[in-house]
Amino acid sequence: MRDLRLLIRQVRYENRSFWRNPAAAFFTFAFPLIFMVIFNVIFAAQVSGSGRTAAEFFTPAIVAFSIVNACYTNLAISVSIVRDDGILKRIHGSPLPTSVYLLSRICLSVLLGLVLVVIVTAFGYLVYQVPLPIGQLPGLLVVLLLGSACFCSLGLAVSGLIPNAEAAPAVVNATILPLLFISDVFIPIDKSSFLATIASVFPVRHFSIALQAVYLPASSGPLSLTDLAFLVGWAAIGLGLALRTFTWEPRK
Amino acid sequence: MFVSLASMTAVPTSSPDPIASAVTGAGSAGSKREPAIVVRGLRKSYADVEAVAGVDLTVEEGEVFALLGPNGAGKTTTVEILEGYRSRDGGDVGVFGVDPARGERAMKERIGIVLQSSGVEPYLTVAEVVDMCRGYYPHPRSLDELLQLVDLTEQGRVRVGKLSGGQRRRLDLAVGLAGDPDLLFLDEPTTGFDPGARRQAWEVVRNLTRLGKTVLLTTHFMDEAQYLADRLAVMVAGRIVAEGTPEEVIARRSAATIVRLRLPQGAPALPSELRAAVAGAARDGDAASGGVIELRTDEPTAFLNRVTGWALASGFAFEDLTVTRPSLEDTYLALTGEADAPSGPAT
Repeated sequence: MRDLRLLIRQVRYENRSFWRNPAAAFFTFAFPLIFMVIFNVIFAAQVSGSGRTAAEFFTPAIVAFSIVNACYTNLAISVSIVRDDGILKRIHGSPLPTSVYLLSRICLSVLLGLVLVVIVTAFGYLVYQVPLPIGQLPGLLVVLLLGSACFCSLGLAVSGLIPNAEAAPAVVNATILPLLFISDVFIPIDKSSFLATIASVFPVRHFSIALQAVYLPASSGPLSLTDLAFLVGWAAIGLGLALRTFTWEPRK
Repeated sequence: MFVSLASMTAVPTSSPDPIASAVTGAGSAGSKREPAIVVRGLRKSYADVEAVAGVDLTVEEGEVFALLGPNGAGKTTTVEILEGYRSRDGGDVGVFGVDPARGERAMKERIGIVLQSSGVEPYLTVAEVVDMCRGYYPHPRSLDELLQLVDLTEQGRVRVGKLSGGQRRRLDLAVGLAGDPDLLFLDEPTTGFDPGARRQAWEVVRNLTRLGKTVLLTTHFMDEAQYLADRLAVMVAGRIVAEGTPEEVIARRSAATIVRLRLPQGAPALPSELRAAVAGAARDGDAASGGVIELRTDEPTAFLNRVTGWALASGFAFEDLTVTRPSLEDTYLALTGEADAPSGPAT
């Protein structure tokens, strides 16, 4: 009970801190929307043959990107920074359990991700007339929660492998950008292609496919349990790795 | 004249003596209380380097204890084991009777830690950071009081990233004090302070001890240790080579009085019976005419009589004649310099 109060309090401080760092706020919030507009312009012709509009494809795709960005990218980089700044060390010496502190950062990432999901969905509806996934709301929430858990745990895991805060953006982008390109997020990928086969080992493609299923049930087929299972599996792998690699000690 | 190494190594064993600690218990503390910190036979190695090689320490409640020593002596490792940051390879450690390696929350609620490099959120304001940290403790000090204590009341609404180095350090102190700790760890708290800010920080620490708080301080500054510490220990190469009140440490190391003098141009060389008293670094330098010669003696009255008698008989006057007791710094340099020498500590 006391830890829950501490957690909520900590999330509020982290949130305040987040919004006062314009660069981080920009990358987390403006990026997905900018991408959404650009992709809609660039790929308008290519996607139109598949029975759905570019906007119908990119709304769930950018929703996926938003969660990946807020949970994996943002969490991994920010944990590397607070570790190098000695903030994790200070927390470790205080009565605030390190787990509560990390949970506060996870909660902030998920909340930011969910706010982005709302913005992107509203943007798709208002600008591109993509229908709202109202009928699929329970499925959407399940997919979003599993995706958030998966990418937060992977973000935490990778932050333990990052040598120092300066290297964090490079490591994080090198691990996630290729996946975003081959996983039906930035570009629609042919289901039977070699790239799709590779991508289906990793969680990003399963996440974007699952989101397509809840946003566009008519043209994408039903939500597949396999996709959800992959998210759960990668969440477990990430958590296991995070528990092994996590350290409060600055690596400078 | 010089205390031999063999007798030096005997010094630390006298420290846990309850009578000695009652005597040095800094007035406010009663004599029957449990010590705040007890360390016995502490050992810690990194790879093949033994950073802490058998340390015994007792810090009584209500005293300021300073841990001195050169870089790499093992001070920070020792303190970080006490703070619960590091595991140990051997020995017993108790902070308020609890092993800090267990990471118990109840223990962490009673201690405050001021690390060498601060870890504070740069985008929050001073008041926000202090208030956030207050929330971690069951009985925190009030926000206003904390800001006042470190003289940051006017900076309350300033973001941490915009503070000067000295203000940042004072914020670290406020963060360490947020939970109203019974025991405060201060790792080189005034490094980078200007003289005024140092005095201010010292007053803060002094005020803490008036409230019965215990402070474990590591520092490079001998004046800081002399001003603040009720007792101190000098650590060299993972071992404690001297321990006691500042006066005791100085007296045990060397009771000698230091006589510094300079021979004028053309004066004869010092006679050999006086040269035998030449001390320390001046030993090599005394060949250089006109240089300051440092002499040590246990009997200053008789010695001065002989030295000045010789000068008068030879028909000249010394330049720059001074007579001083060794300072803590002199003693520290002798202790740490000696341990650096190839022979090393005997044990």
